[in-house]
This record gives sequence, structure tokens and C-alpha cells, in this order.
Amino acid sequence: MTSSHRLPPQPGEVIDRAQRFTFRWNGRPYQAYAGDTIASALAASGVRVLSRSLKYHRPRGLLSADFNDPNCMVTADGEPNVRAAHRLVSPGMSVSSQDTWPSLRFDVKAANQLVGRFLGPGFYYKTFMRPQRLWPAYDKVLGRFSHGGYAPTAPDVDRYDQRYAHPDVLVAGGGPAGMAAAVAAADAGARVLLVDEEHHLGGHLRWADAEGLEILRELRAAVQAAGIEVMTDSVVTGRYDGNWVSVLQRSVPGVRERLVKARAKHMIVAPGLIDRPYVVGGNDLPGVMLSTAVRRLVNLYAVKPGERAVVLTANTAGDAVAADLGRAGVDVVRVLDARQDEDVVRIVGRSAVRAVECSDGAVVDCDLVVTAIGWTAPLTLATVSGGRAEFRAEAARFVPVGLPDDVSAVGGIVGDGSTDQLMEHATAVGREAARRASHRAVALAAGVPHARVTAPADTPAVAIPDLRPAAHPMLSLGRTDGIVDFSEDVSAKDLKSAVREGYDSIELAKRYTTATMGPSQGKLEGVNSIAAVAAATGAGLAETGTTTGRPPYVPVSLGALAGRSHQLLRRSPLQGWHDSHGAAPLYAGSWVRPDHYGDPAAEVQAVRDAVGIIDVTPLGKFDLRGPDVPDLLELLYINKWRKLGVGSVRYGVMCAEDGVVLDDGVTGRLGPEHYLMTTTSSGAEATYDWMERWLQTERRQWRVHVTPVTSNYASINVAGPRSRELLARLTDLDLAPDAFRYMQVRTGAVAGIADCVVWRIGFTGELSFEVHVPAGHGLHVWKALLATGSDLGIRPFGIEAQRILRLEKGHLIVGQDTDGLTQAYGAGLDWAVKLDKPDFAGKPELVWQQMRDDYLRLVGLQPVDGAVVPPEASQIVEDGTRIVGRITSSRMSPTLGHAVCLGLLAPHLSSAGTTVTVRLPGGGSIQARVMPELAHVDPEGVRLRG
Amino acid sequence: MLISCPLCGPRDATEFRYVDERRQRPDPEQASPQQWRDYLYVRANPSGPARELWLHRSGCRQYLFVDRHTLTNEVQTAALARTEGTR
Ligand SMILES: [Zn+2]
Repeated sequence: MTSSHRLPPQPGEVIDRAQRFTFRWNGRPYQAYAGDTIASALAASGVRVLSRSLKYHRPRGLLSADFNDPNCMVTADGEPNVRAAHRLVSPGMSVSSQDTWPSLRFDVKAANQLVGRFLGPGFYYKTFMRPQRLWPAYDKVLGRFSHGGYAPTAPDVDRYDQRYAHPDVLVAGGGPAGMAAAVAAADAGARVLLVDEEHHLGGHLRWADAEGLEILRELRAAVQAAGIEVMTDSVVTGRYDGNWVSVLQRSVPGVRERLVKARAKHMIVAPGLIDRPYVVGGNDLPGVMLSTAVRRLVNLYAVKPGERAVVLTANTAGDAVAADLGRAGVDVVRVLDARQDEDVVRIVGRSAVRAVECSDGAVVDCDLVVTAIGWTAPLTLATVSGGRAEFRAEAARFVPVGLPDDVSAVGGIVGDGSTDQLMEHATAVGREAARRASHRAVALAAGVPHARVTAPADTPAVAIPDLRPAAHPMLSLGRTDGIVDFSEDVSAKDLKSAVREGYDSIELAKRYTTATMGPSQGKLEGVNSIAAVAAATGAGLAETGTTTGRPPYVPVSLGALAGRSHQLLRRSPLQGWHDSHGAAPLYAGSWVRPDHYGDPAAEVQAVRDAVGIIDVTPLGKFDLRGPDVPDLLELLYINKWRKLGVGSVRYGVMCAEDGVVLDDGVTGRLGPEHYLMTTTSSGAEATYDWMERWLQTERRQWRVHVTPVTSNYASINVAGPRSRELLARLTDLDLAPDAFRYMQVRTGAVAGIADCVVWRIGFTGELSFEVHVPAGHGLHVWKALLATGSDLGIRPFGIEAQRILRLEKGHLIVGQDTDGLTQAYGAGLDWAVKLDKPDFAGKPELVWQQMRDDYLRLVGLQPVDGAVVPPEASQIVEDGTRIVGRITSSRMSPTLGHAVCLGLLAPHLSSAGTTVTVRLPGGGSIQARVMPELAHVDPEGVRLRG
Repeated sequence: MLISCPLCGPRDATEFRYVDERRQRPDPEQASPQQWRDYLYVRANPSGPARELWLHRSGCRQYLFVDRHTLTNEVQTAALARTEGTR
């Protein structure tokens, strides 16, 4: 399609006529210039219908021709809900209309117009409620009334990002006032960030006369000269405590959206004013436009918006639009001046504007109706900052009052005036903002310990010139009912009948009719919604009040909120070896670990029959020093520590103050006042915080120093009947059973590496030595073990084999075999709880638990049919449906050739020999027998003590 | 929200972890179940000035007693728990 409606070059146009290209609209090729929005390019080709309305599927065209335009949500290159009047069109872009099956021209759902009585206010709640059995059908119908196109099913290949900014002054809005305030603040020494939603700075100056365009050129030059950071196509989406301001930045090369987290010392709100639609019959026909839409089309994009126009004006913007139209060659057939009590009674047409009924009875044929009936001040940013919206009846708009000290407002939301007056006011506010920001900077710097802060000279506050809104007639609802909320398809009649049904407050009527709840979020329709409710209740606008604006001000993609992926991955010094030896990676918490090296069952067998080594570096490790370490251990663990001698280790369990099992691990005494504590891998951070909490708050007098040393050691567990034989080849430590007993610790050299900590423990149920090697030498020791043990049948084993081994042995894993309700006795830790200790974390709860008999207990279970492994989390049921427990761990035991489990089970079923029913997630159930011990293999512990 | 850490200066709240209201642990030998469970589960959750325990987790790792207004998020004082009241 050719650009049949394109005008000759305009002085303020933003299109580049040297760059012409083709894009597609609903499959057909159209021409565009660089700088065109999707909508301006379509308008230049005479396309008038861009969408169908939500409920009645009426044809809709451009209304405001900016980001807020409710009538031009399209799908562009697969991205749904693109704002066509804002998004720049690009070569080859494929754009299509949304939710208009089967086509934009012929819309089956337009039949809804005929059955409109079923789609009155609250139809979501009323029509589709009963009978309830039809709900699935209703659900499908309602689904067709959802906004927008279809979410893409392919993965999002775009990149998103985030950054921080610390401007002294952040200016939200880049019109003449915002630019003047930014320049004044920068000239006063402030670091300034200027944010504007549009693609170019300038606000309404962009469609001003020659004099205005000259001011704009000067302002842009001043912004650049002042070194102000400018973000166009960017929106301040919210403001939070301490002027933490979120900015959604688009048009960053290579990044689809970037979220800027700005901590501003002062914020200036300068959003300008929004042209308010007129609510009158036929006001949603294609060809009815706001004055600002027409001025954008003509002046920025050189588009002729129609042939014969009727203009309804109540202000200078409306007067100016008539001049623009004349210059563009549009025949302005009638100008109705609301200030002279002239009015539009009704707009007539079916698929587009055909004529206007005027208040003097004349019916004027036309294809374009332009309205300039008043302004809405977008106050969301002011009100989320703590300000209030106050109605000024004489000016027919709300103004912001009661802003906090670190937020100011400039421009149209404050008042009216000549460009010079607006800039003079903004300049003063900008200077004052810089002054307040400098005081704030000093206050912040004074909070930094040992900072040398020089207080600034005590300059007096800048005098702010008066700026008030000018008198303006109140126009909102016309003589006939029209559409109030274009995105939600809510008419004035709908709002009035909602009030009649009893929803007589704006907050209720809004939710009942969904007015202001669509993509426009009240920006265009907010005041008209209030006016419609006020008209029905008989109250004034001020009493009816405003709805509450909340962040985000514009839609923010989840990608921008997520930002770049910053997942930190911790790797043991041995992980490279695992990677190059076929290890399957297991991502556990912040660590990547070897899950297995191809055959976990064979790895288990090697540990049971010969010797295996596993990398257990992620175990939390803490170096504890000081005379009061025993006191700390006594407090943190449920078992006893005071008598632990130098050279010994002990297994300990920690509970929280509610008696729930928190963590477990082995801690050894290396010297009189020196201990090494290990925790679970995933619990290391929380345990560190927990220890420090006690030491910094409740037990401040204790002399204990805690150093996290998890990554200072590579930790290797050498397990299996031949582990002693292997290790003996690499160390001078005396490993003889009598010299180095079970649960003892030695320090010494291993494979030539000094200062290794070796302790003899048995998580796997086998004779085993855990070697903690200074991290840089971990790989050397790992390789030395493998090389030295080749004749002993050594194999590296991974987490899966370790899980099988420990399950065969009945050793619990905190968080897997326990949950957020499992107290110590429920975890089968009766032997560890020492209630005769004077105090320890969680003791009162365990005292009381011991007196009860109403909690699930951890038990060993074996399916009667040993070939079936019930999946972990399978429920254990009684009487068919009652849940009485669950399987917490389950594996096929290579050692026994039989499935083995741990499970939490109700007390009346937990005695050995009881048979219980385990329901399988896929359906069906199996029988399982409660075992006498948690351990399935070697319950006597002969092997690990060998 | 900014918290002025006595060691690190004013820092964004995201560096800190809220831990709990500032409360006294009952004597575990003397506490009745009612008293102990109040300590575990019942919080004043005031609308207004609150005395809280925070951890500067991504900073100096110190526990801080923070006096904060829960409506405005204004932090009146933040003091090291370790030394508060001992100087
Ligand atoms: Zn700190």
C-alpha cells in the first residue's frame, strides 16, 4: 500500500524520508519511514480500523495516538499487546491485529452488539454464574473476552537487563518544564537523570509553532550541554521509600527492556497533561480523535488524518488543532466552541464517523471529529510518592498537593501558563531540587562512619514562582451516552446502572464494571469514570474522589524484572575433574556436584566391597576458636559436647527454638580451644547466621570466633573396607584401628600435603576417612588417591551412590527425611536428645514432645514386593484414603537386591513388623513392612567400626 | 528503604535480612508452654514505631537493632546488637 495520506515535509516531523521500507499489516505490505510508529505508518496509508473493542467488538481507530491509546494493541513479530501508536515500526516487521477472529473487517463477535443486554455491567459475575455445571463452557466463552493476543509459546530469545543509578535529581517527564528543571538542577551542580516516555524530548513543544520549535531546539542543546543523562522511550514506573525510583528503559541496543533502579536524592514529577476524551454517543467510532492525536499525526508524522473535520474545542489546544488541520489540507467544516456553549450531541456512523449532530440542530457530514474538552493530570507518580489529588473545580482538573520534601512537581500538572512561565517555574523548582539534593547528600555522607563531611553553605530556599491551573469549563459526559473506558468497553450507561444496582462508590463501581481496570489503567478514562459515577449519585467530582493509582505505571515485562541471569554457581576445586570424567552434574543449592559417573549401583558396590572416594567439598565447614566454644556447641546441638576430648569428633543435631530439626553434621576438636564444625551443604549459610545470632545477641559475653572455611578445604571421603589400606599408603598418620578409632580426628600430611584434617566417620556405613585438604591441593590428593588405589579396585562415587549407601545404612538427610514440622524425637533422634542439659536451642519443645505420643516418626520400611520402589513422597494411607505418613527416601538397594525406604509414619503404625499401605502416585498401592531399625544394612555397625 | 549500618553507612535494605522483632528469650527452664509459644509465634506487628532485629547479611554480617517506623519505613536508629547497651 502506498502512503496516500502522507503530507509534504512538516517543520517538526520525526520521520526520516531518506529511509523508506516495507512492513506487513495482517499479511499485506505497507510502506513506512524510519521514525514512524506502527500506527502512524498505517494512518499514512489510510488504515483507520486497528482493533475491535473488547465486549461489543466495535471497530476502533486511533484515539490518542500515543502509548496510552486503548485502540491499537497489536501483535508485532509475535509479541502480543504491542502499543502500535508508540512502538516504532521496523523494516520487514510483521504486524497483525488481535482478537478479531475471523478478520478485522468481518468480525463474528460484532454480533455481540446485538445481544448487548447480556453484556451489561457485571456480566462477568451475573450471566455466567448458573447453572454451575455449565462453567467449563462459560470459561471458554469468557476466555474470548480476555485482552490481547496470544502469548508466544517459543522461548523468549530477547535479552533483558538491569542497572543501578544514583542521580541527585531524577526528572520524570521531558517536556519543556521537565527539561528546564533538569537543566536548572544540573547548572546548580546536581547529577541529573531525565526520563521521558516518548522517543524524543520536548512534550507538546514538538507540535508547537516556529517560535516553540526554536525554544525546543535551545532546550535540547542545553540538556546536552549540561551533561544530563537522558533516557527516552523510558518510563518511571514507581517510586518507593527513600526515593527509590524504578525506571523501565526501552530502546537500549541489544536489550529489549532494562529496569533501572535509581536512588534519587530528589525527584521532579513532570508528566504533562493528558487530553481527556469526551463521553458522547458514537465517541468510539474510527475517526474520533483527541486534539493531541491529530497534532501528533500532522506535525510529527506528516499524516493527513481525514478529509472533512468537525472540531469541538474548549481550550487553546483545540483552537490550534483547527489551524493544523487547515495547514494539512483538511476541510474544517465546523468548529464548535464549548466556551460558547456549543456542543456535540451525538456522533453518527457504523464502521467510521459519517456525521455529527450539533447542539444547534445541524447535522454535519464529516469523516473526522476532533475533541479538546479538557485535561487530565496524570497524578499517579505524585500520589504514590505520598501526595494527594485535590480537585480544582474552576480548572476542571485535579492537582497534586502534599508532596514530600524530596519530591516536586513542575509543568502542566501544577498549572497553566505560557511556555516561558512554565519554564520559569520549572527552573526555580530545578534549582531548589539541586539544593535539597545537596543537603540530602551531606546527611547520607554523615551516616558513613569516619567520613569527613563538610556541611554545605546554608543557602536559602529558592523562591518558587506561583503557577496555577487556568479556568476551564468542566466537560466530561455529553448529552448522550458514550464509551467511558475504551479498553474495557464500558459505557457511561454501564457505570450509571452499576450505581443503580448499589455500587455507588467509585472503588466499587470500578471493580463491578471493570472501568479503569484494563490496559489504560485510568490514564484516559479515570476522570470520566468518576464523572459518570458522580452524575448517577448526584455527588460532586471532589466528593466522589479518585481511584488509587499503583505502580507499575506502565506494563513491565517479567524479563525486565528478572534481569540478566546472575545465578552464582559454586564449584569445588575437583569439579573440573568430575566434568572431564563423565560425571552427570547435579545442581544442589548453589553448588554443582557429581551426581554419578555413569553407574551409581557399581559405585555403591565398589564402596561396599573395596574402596571409593567422593568429593564432599560443599559440606559447610566452620573454624571455631575460643574458650567458650563448648558452651556454644552445647547450646546449638541437642546432644552433649563438654566432654569431647582433643582428637575426637562427634555427630551432632541442631534444632530450632521450636524443636524442629535444623541441621546436622560432624564437629571435631582439633585443639584445646580449636574446633572444626561441619554442617549440611545446603544448611551452611543458615547455620552461620544462626551461630552468629546467638553470639551477637543472646550470648554476647562468650568468647568464640567463627570463621566460615567451607571453600578453604577440598573435602574427600574415602570409604570402604580397603580405605585404611589405601590411605596408609599416602600418610604417616597411624591409622591402626586402636590408634585411630571410629569418631576420632588427626591432623597431618596426606599425599605430601601438610595440614590436612582427617576424621574417621561413617555416613556410608563403611569404614571411612574424611580428608579435608587445603583447597589448592585438593586435586592433587584426589588424583593421588585414585592412582594409589588402582590395584585396590578404587572408584570415584557421586551423590547418588552416597544417597543409596546412607539409605541402606538408615542415616537421615535433614530436609529430606524431616520436614518443617519434624521435631527431634520424630526424626528418631531420641538417643541424641539430652534433656538433662541446662539449656539448648529448642529444649522446652523437646521436653514437651517427649511427653506426647502424637507425632509422626521416622522408620525404616521395605516393600513386601522388593522389586517395587515407591517414589519418594508417596503417601502412606489407612482405611483407603486417610493419610498416615509418607515415604521420604526410597531406592533399590544394590547391596540387598531389595527396595529400601525411610518414611515418616503415624505412631500407631510405627512399630516393627507392621504392614502399611503405600499409595503410588500413578495409581494403585503396595504393601510395605516397618523394619526394626532405620538401618537396612549392618544395623549393628560392625563394618564402620572395623 | 535505607538502613544506616553503624559500620557500613547508609545501605539499601536489600543488603539486609529482617530477622525478627526485638524480643526477650524466656528462661527455657521456667517458661510455660504458653510463654514459650508466644515467644515462638506471636508478634506485635505494630503499625508505627517498631524495634527490630536485622542482619547486614550482604555487608558486615553484623546483627543490628533497628528502630523503624513500619508505615514510612523511616529508620530512626540502627545499632550493633553485639555492643548495644554495653558501652
Ligand atoms: Zn554493615
